[in-house]
Amino acid sequence: MARRSVQLLRYLLPKPTAPTLAPTATPSRSVTYMPRPGDGAPRAVTLIPGDGIGPLVTNAVEQVMDAMHAPIYFETFEVHGDMPKVPGEVIESIKKNKVCLKGGLATPMGGGVSSLNLQLRRELDLYASLVNCFNLPGLVMKHENVDIVVIRENTEGEYSGLEHEVIPGVVESLKVITKFCSERIARYAFEYAYLNNRKKVTAVHKANIMKLADGLFLESCREVATNYPSISYNEVIVDNCCMQLVSKPEQFDVMVTPNLYGNLVANTAAGIAAGTGVMPGGNVGADHAIFEQGASAGNVGNQKILELKKANPVALLLSSAMMLRHLQFPSFADRLETAVARVILEGKRRTKDLGGQSTTQEVVDAVIAALD
Amino acid sequence: MASHLLRRASSHFLSGAANPGHSLLSSSSPLSQAARVFSSASTPIRATLFPGDGIGPEIAESVKQVFREADVPIEWEEHYVGTEIDPRTQSFLTWESLESVRKNGVGLKGPMATPIGKGHRSLNLTLRKELNLYANVRPCYSLPGYKTRYDNVDLITIRENTEGEYSGLEHQVVRGVVESLKIITRQASLRVAEYAFHYAKSHGRERVSAIHKANIMQKTDGLFLKCCREVAEKYPEIKYEEVVIDNCCMMLVKNPALFDVLVMPNLYGDIISDLCAGLIGGLGLTPSCNIGEGGIALAEAVHGSAPDIAGKNLANPTALLLSAVTMLRHLELHDKADRIQNAILGTISEGKFRTADLGGSSSTSDFTQAIIDHL
Repeated sequence: MARRSVQLLRYLLPKPTAPTLAPTATPSRSVTYMPRPGDGAPRAVTLIPGDGIGPLVTNAVEQVMDAMHAPIYFETFEVHGDMPKVPGEVIESIKKNKVCLKGGLATPMGGGVSSLNLQLRRELDLYASLVNCFNLPGLVMKHENVDIVVIRENTEGEYSGLEHEVIPGVVESLKVITKFCSERIARYAFEYAYLNNRKKVTAVHKANIMKLADGLFLESCREVATNYPSISYNEVIVDNCCMQLVSKPEQFDVMVTPNLYGNLVANTAAGIAAGTGVMPGGNVGADHAIFEQGASAGNVGNQKILELKKANPVALLLSSAMMLRHLQFPSFADRLETAVARVILEGKRRTKDLGGQSTTQEVVDAVIAALD
Repeated sequence: MASHLLRRASSHFLSGAANPGHSLLSSSSPLSQAARVFSSASTPIRATLFPGDGIGPEIAESVKQVFREADVPIEWEEHYVGTEIDPRTQSFLTWESLESVRKNGVGLKGPMATPIGKGHRSLNLTLRKELNLYANVRPCYSLPGYKTRYDNVDLITIRENTEGEYSGLEHQVVRGVVESLKIITRQASLRVAEYAFHYAKSHGRERVSAIHKANIMQKTDGLFLKCCREVAEKYPEIKYEEVVIDNCCMMLVKNPALFDVLVMPNLYGDIISDLCAGLIGGLGLTPSCNIGEGGIALAEAVHGSAPDIAGKNLANPTALLLSAVTMLRHLELHDKADRIQNAILGTISEGKFRTADLGGSSSTSDFTQAIIDHL
């Protein structure tokens, strides 16, 4: 018995140290998760190509998913921004699949047609919109050390769509803030920070002017903050926030905002980080999630980019990586993100908004080639 | 009182006769008519000065010194914020102060700290409502010699200041549900659009961009855009475009040279004007001017009162000085305005005298003296 225990002990003692790694090699991490049997079965994902550059970039994602043999298959539906509402079959499909990938949907200007993006968010109760803005290595921008996640309340606030004309020449629009929605978005923001090892949550508001409305939002955030003592919480007024974003963006980590301010802050943060062509994001609710280009700056690309097929697919590729993690296929997500980062770092294949001349297809081919 | 009126009428006559070229340029606009009434060779223009709190008195002193050395014909009437609430105005500003601004038509305001508490209106709100200040104009241009990440900023933000999201009309519907009203009226939108195009024309600007979110808020921002379009038709030589606000934010941080004059409703204007101030180096360097009905102009420094450095001769007077320059331009004293502005920009670009917030170590008085030397 003693002799065998000595042998066992030798296995338990630490092995002699391996020769030191070369200083430039980054230590590789092996993925240590155990799937349940059947987790690798292909999952259905609703795909909405949309308008403008949408079909181009969703096609890019389809190609890359194919090349990776990722266990997902797409159910494609045609939806365009000028339809009166989203077809029932699309909503049914999203409710069944629970996950959707979307290109852009154009919103017609002032035409009396409500935005289809808003309609999707309301019907599926996707109350959190998330945009992750970060510097990509290889892209030289004016601002360094940017790594901001903007979490924006997606259902109420200024975009409630409740407008009416009081008398000709006087129009009122209602901004609605409820405790229920403010609390759940604050909870999502703190939970996100906790799960992703983020250190600080900042609430963006204008409560010095809109005392009741934004005051209610702040109250909810403060209540939730007490449940997470390890995450530091502070509040910043929205105009000061924008000013700080353009001068010292490294002070922000996770930002939680009501609807309108979130739109502006997300687009500003995307602009300073690397541009809207690169930022991933999505809309998530309790039951469903729609992944799309993070900050689209309110347009679906202009005609020239569409004709020349020079749209930037990176944003949607990174969003689909987020989607793969959401579907619990983390190693596929890692491979995709590494390939994209490699292509951007190399710098040979970049679209126009990143300073290059490539077309969408060339970038896609480069990403597929960089997959390992 | 009668002699004062006679003096004003005679100076109107004098200035009208003395510079016929001037009258050709800006004959019909009521704003420039008001300005012509002010300017005269003999009588100085009276302007109200609110030094404010904290660093306010020191930087106001700087302004007075520079103006004296530059021979600017302005006579200052100083007013201070009171210590108790005046029931006529429901705030700490007295009725006399407001009357003085109304009478003089121009004013300069330093930073004011709003006292905490209830039962009175905020000082800025009082000024805005009583003087009917409907447009806030902020010229943002990169200061040569003070390096920020953006070197090519040269734009003007004009923000509607009376209505929009800041109407202050909120109420609690039931517990946990709050509604806030955003109001857009045709009258206010037309007024600010008119001022924006007039400003663009009189300052030689080529483009006016209206910033909106009319794809989501179709009726409210739609009305604002309609009014801007109507005014744009009257100024065919100025290019007019409409930009969605999220697109605008993104373009501003990527390439601010794309914009010239921006006109926007209240909330967007607040955010975008502070964003632009951030692009050029912060609120300590940004001038601002509020325009009211009847040609009233109240220039102000938008930074805080900085109580921690008050009285220590460390404050940066640049914002108040540049705002005073904006006031001079409103009064059409362009040569004096240019002289002072060039002196300020020259001092900052030289780099020898800079206050602490710009990375230097000069005191307020040294900086002021350097500007006077540059005149």
